[in-house]
Amino acid sequence: MGILAFATLIVSVIFRAKTSQELKERVYSWWIIIGAFILGAMLNTTVAMFFFALISYLALKEYFTLIPTRRTDRRIIFYAYLSIVFQYWFAGIGWYGMFIIWIPVYLFLLLPFRQVLIGETQGFLENTSRVQWGLMMFVFGLSHLAYMMTLPAVAGHDVAGKELVLYVVLLTELNDVLQYLWGKALGRHKIVPKVSPNKTIEGFVGAFVTLSALAVVFSFLTPFTTLQALAAGMLISGAGFVGDVVISMVKRDIGVKDSGHLLPGHGGILDRIDSLTYTAPLFFHFTYYLYY
Amino acid sequence: MLKWLFFALIVRPAVLLIFGVHVRGRENLSHDKPSIIVANHNSHLDTLVLMSLFPLRKIHRIRPVAAADYFMKNRLIAWFSTQFIGIIPLSRKVEKSHTHPLEPVRQALEAGDSIILFPEGSRGEAEQMSKFKSGVAHLAKMTPSVPVIPIYLGGAGKVLPKGEALLVPFIIDITIASSVQIEEDEGIQEFTERLEEMIHKLGEIH
Repeated sequence: MGILAFATLIVSVIFRAKTSQELKERVYSWWIIIGAFILGAMLNTTVAMFFFALISYLALKEYFTLIPTRRTDRRIIFYAYLSIVFQYWFAGIGWYGMFIIWIPVYLFLLLPFRQVLIGETQGFLENTSRVQWGLMMFVFGLSHLAYMMTLPAVAGHDVAGKELVLYVVLLTELNDVLQYLWGKALGRHKIVPKVSPNKTIEGFVGAFVTLSALAVVFSFLTPFTTLQALAAGMLISGAGFVGDVVISMVKRDIGVKDSGHLLPGHGGILDRIDSLTYTAPLFFHFTYYLYY
Repeated sequence: MLKWLFFALIVRPAVLLIFGVHVRGRENLSHDKPSIIVANHNSHLDTLVLMSLFPLRKIHRIRPVAAADYFMKNRLIAWFSTQFIGIIPLSRKVEKSHTHPLEPVRQALEAGDSIILFPEGSRGEAEQMSKFKSGVAHLAKMTPSVPVIPIYLGGAGKVLPKGEALLVPFIIDITIASSVQIEEDEGIQEFTERLEEMIHKLGEIH
């Protein structure tokens, strides 16, 4: 419930700052995202599996629509979609070994084999790599949130997987907003001018410091000590930034501004989950190493 | 009724949830007046996607014009085409007969239906446009007051290309232009080329 109160605060801050049409749409979409996240991910673990699987599906579909594909790639793209079901099933039943190798090992070996059966050698390497890359980012990476949901409470703490998911998603999204706000307020020096001209050093540093503090504030959602929470905050802020610019890199490569049109003011779903593709797996393994 | 159920339970959920569409220029589509909808053609899905743009209660009013040699091939296909989709069969062969081959289409428009026409005449290669045939222009000459709405469809040829049975989801892009009408002094060839040019340009926007 803290999330809602906090969102209200952010929304009012943004509203006071400026009310352009795009910003209004963006804030409106934020409410839909928050509503969908609470309903989809926070109420029931089984529902959450379907919710995160759906996000993976939508993201993968947006990605496959953006990238150039050959007609012969349709078969492996179909397998890529199908693999989502298994990945989230492994996450849901808590089969860690299979969850962690299904895409990086089995799909990685299977897709080229299927391409051999089709037999189109021209463009094999580029096209198969593109599909595997999408699987790693939008299915493997994101599904760490789903697996995190199933983590039990750590001895001596009453917080379990669900709170950890809330923690990393909340901080990742706050990091995006903070980077934007700090950048608007103080931004001068571009940090990666060729990839994302709107990102500034001031925005990054401002968000990095603020988010590290917030990570400690919200550490009641985790079993972390203050020092661990501080490290988690720095990890999420840094990784969130990288995820964001990596997706920008994809969009620049293809030559589009927004990845899609699903969310008014935000662009497509890839534009919204870009940071999560990095923070979800990294935060998961950070926590998993420390406590599980 | 069959058509309504088919669209309510199968086509619309599939179009909107499984692959998803992105529509530009929806306001250019009239739900109430009969119109001639003209689009490029790459997939069997094209017809279903275009029909899903209309509200369900209007679905019985939307009639795609389809090749008789394919869609009336045998009794089963013919039953499906007429009962579930509601096509107006059109012969692709030149036949000698007393009535004009487009006469049933003109009658449907007169009765207040909207029709869907693919002037390429065939689905062709995925995501490539072939030359338009002049049927639309002839029809426009016969019914000069009915607006012609050019639509570009992108991506349907990736979801379900000609000769494939496996459906693979991609987001389908639909760009709808504002309606055009054939000018009084405009020739059949000129109007056909104008439409082809328009739809080609729509495809370049995105």
